[in-house]
Amino acid sequence: MAITGIGVVAPGGVGTKEFWSLLTEGRTATRAISLFDATRFRSRIAAEADFDPHHEGLTPQEVRRMDRAAQFAVVAAREAVSDSGLEAAGALGAAGALGAAGPDPYRVGVTVGSAVGATTSLDTEYRVVSDGGAKWHVDYTYAVPHLFDHFVPSSFAAEVAWAVGAQGPASVVSTGCTSGLDAVGHAVELIREGSADIMVAGATDAPISPITVACFDAIKATSPRNDDPEHASRPFDRTRNGFVLGEGSALFVLEELSLAHRRGAHVYAEIVGFASRCNAYHMTGLRPDGREMAEAIRVALDEARLPVTAVDYINAHGSGTKQNDRHETAAFKRALGEHARATPISSIKSMVGHSLGAIGSLEIAASALAIEHGVVPPTANLHEPDPECDLDYTPLVAREQRVEVVLSVGSGFGGFQSAMVLAREGLERGTW
Amino acid sequence: MVSAVAVFTGIGVAAPNGLSTPVWWKATLNGESGIRPISRFDASRYPARLAGEVPGFDAAEHIPNRLLPQTDHMTRLALTAAQEAFDDADTDPAQLPEYAAGVVTASSAGGFEFGQRELEALWSKGGQYVSAYQSFAWFYAVNTGQISIRHGLRGPSGVLVTEQAGGLDAVAQARRRLRGGSRLIVTGGVDGAICPWGWTAQLAGGRLSLADDPTRAYLPFDAAARGYVPGEGGAILILEEAAAARARGARVYGELAGYAATFDAKSGSEQHLSGVPGLRRAVELALADAGLAPHDIDVVFADASGVPHLDRAEAEAITAVFGPRRVPVTAPKTMTGRLYAGGAALDLAAALLAIRDALIPPTVNITRLAEGLELDLVSTEPRPCPVRAALVLARGRGGFNAAAVVVGARPH
Amino acid sequence: MTQMTRMTLAELTTLLRECAGEDETVDLDGDVLDTPFADLNYDSLAVLQTVGRIEREYGVLLADDTVAEAATPRLLLQFVNAGLTEARTRPAQA
Repeated sequence: MAITGIGVVAPGGVGTKEFWSLLTEGRTATRAISLFDATRFRSRIAAEADFDPHHEGLTPQEVRRMDRAAQFAVVAAREAVSDSGLEAAGALGAAGALGAAGPDPYRVGVTVGSAVGATTSLDTEYRVVSDGGAKWHVDYTYAVPHLFDHFVPSSFAAEVAWAVGAQGPASVVSTGCTSGLDAVGHAVELIREGSADIMVAGATDAPISPITVACFDAIKATSPRNDDPEHASRPFDRTRNGFVLGEGSALFVLEELSLAHRRGAHVYAEIVGFASRCNAYHMTGLRPDGREMAEAIRVALDEARLPVTAVDYINAHGSGTKQNDRHETAAFKRALGEHARATPISSIKSMVGHSLGAIGSLEIAASALAIEHGVVPPTANLHEPDPECDLDYTPLVAREQRVEVVLSVGSGFGGFQSAMVLAREGLERGTW
Repeated sequence: MVSAVAVFTGIGVAAPNGLSTPVWWKATLNGESGIRPISRFDASRYPARLAGEVPGFDAAEHIPNRLLPQTDHMTRLALTAAQEAFDDADTDPAQLPEYAAGVVTASSAGGFEFGQRELEALWSKGGQYVSAYQSFAWFYAVNTGQISIRHGLRGPSGVLVTEQAGGLDAVAQARRRLRGGSRLIVTGGVDGAICPWGWTAQLAGGRLSLADDPTRAYLPFDAAARGYVPGEGGAILILEEAAAARARGARVYGELAGYAATFDAKSGSEQHLSGVPGLRRAVELALADAGLAPHDIDVVFADASGVPHLDRAEAEAITAVFGPRRVPVTAPKTMTGRLYAGGAALDLAAALLAIRDALIPPTVNITRLAEGLELDLVSTEPRPCPVRAALVLARGRGGFNAAAVVVGARPH
Repeated sequence: MTQMTRMTLAELTTLLRECAGEDETVDLDGDVLDTPFADLNYDSLAVLQTVGRIEREYGVLLADDTVAEAATPRLLLQFVNAGLTEARTRPAQA
């Protein structure tokens, strides 16, 4: 299964190029929240995308009807399709970005992951119809006409499908913070079973809004390092004190390798394994031994027909909460044994924050680009490793090295644990 | 394991015309509707005032006290239905191998009433008044997560959001998990957003019926169709790999034999005008997936939008595949309202019981089909007739189409 | 906001019930002062939710580590009451 197109909207810049520069230079995009007045909140920092929808080519009507997260997804989808070379088959227009002479639209599907959907728009609109929270019986006459599309976030998949002209299976996958991995895993499965030839898949979230900041404040999950936002996201560091909220989107064009070859498309990487498990333990808590994540890793590698020793780089969930980073370290050791110590690991959340459901797809993008360029992005802000996180987390500086196999993992509220294995195109995989 | 057959072995229902499967099914066959004036909030100031609310649900009776402060009403209904489904399937997931059982549910708007309370706390009092449970109690994955925890299900799990099509998409995803090697998946959907804020969002959709007479408000395919009445609830189903179900001697309601999903081209676009309608494609693909021809289908459970042009599109798709008035069509959701993520799951439950009882449940309140609709609508009374295979249709706002074929248990 | 001087176990259990419910197998009215929250079937979220409520209603600010460190009702009450004492002796802010 080939990744032939990548589109990214992320803190630090719109577009795949900007994203990869930020990561490989180890720069951070975390800052004081500017999207709303966060004065009264515990955590007042976030990784925000500098995103002007008009500049990115969205029409005034698209801007009006879409939540910021949907806007991200549409922009990322268009970049991904263009990047895949599919657009070249026909002109952009009513037929969508795939073009009139492109692939059979009935055989093109869409899967968009999102953890919190259009919460940001819902927050804004609620404030109006309730007149600042004053009325339980909110005034419906003040509602915007597209409120229903914020109410049910399947509208995100609809927008992407319209933008690219897809008429195959379409859906939103919403499994909390593993949505980005799970949406792409789902898309791979749809192609494998024959339900689609091409999937435009990935995830989006734009959660930097008062209600989301408040709900993470309430459980002290986000970092209150408000005086030093650039260095606030510190996965695996002894001084970490929570994650830093982020936003963004990454979408991909996925297709069978044979189809990619037939049309002469560039292949970034292949997705060769995916698995997810649930911890059935706690809606937000993690079992300290990391057993479910370890199991997901084991099954994903098994599907990939790769031994644990083949893993060249682990793209970690690395949220920067005390609990997560230890849980994950335990899972890596449990799944990879001694090889966990020999493998560079990093968390891009140190640079682009934690964009909830979107981050899994941004991490897949980073993983594919690591294979493409032979570079392991670093974990920024990691100066004093937590003694309980005793693996190689690639502190501060990117590493040029051979990257043929990447393991990317995620962990989400609800107990979801997911693992995906990406490999260089054509890598020989055994029957070991 | 690609050939794994997926069979339904347990049903749990929370419906506006009956809490629990036997109560709901009896009411459905009797044509008893659960559409009534809204009681969950004072709807008098809103232009739509009817809904399908689950009657007689006392959360304390069904839900552990510790879970009450952290669950929305619709999650409590989902947990109740999940418990009934497990009891009905007579299985204990703890007896299965580790990771062999998971949960895949459909969701639409999450725990919206819970969310409204927290938004109110935020904007009227301040961020520090927002609940520690807000981070998950409202979100789309909440039912899957809570069901997983309560029943110790640690296998692959998921959540799909495709508005009203979700019930079928979730069950199809459950079948994929069985094909991937899982033994049992809890699936379906339970939904509901009957609170002022949820109501406002639904009103903004522009498709709610504004009628006040519960018998004249939601009239899909009728000449007087005027939109839909929303409801709360749905069904949770236990889907098992057939060989494993047989090995433990499980009672099997039927098999998920076929499924397909499509998306409509944007309304008014060139592709939309020239192409095959998405719903028809979904039906044809689902039949092909099941290896069945149109004449094998004994009943169609319609999506039944209640919006005239969508009713017409559905009737045309059915007629195009089956021929005019060639297959019985029914919409028991005329007794519950449209349940979003719960709707198609409840229709699947109805299809399974129609197979069991050889009875097609009725569509109520339809007095005169809209002109030009060539449907054999099963109205007023249940229709006795052997049901070997049923087709369930569901559409999600925006262009999502799904079709599923369920058949009676086949000897293997 | 009422400035209260001291929180009692009875007040704490009342808030726990309201914020996080009550496990059917636990007698919160019994001698639970030194029973770990975990044994009362209260997880960290339950304690967080309760601590948030205490902070608002008692006008006290508790350190981030309180939830992790206050493993029993007695320990949580000690933190809260120490905070209340401090709040009382702190000069009023403009």
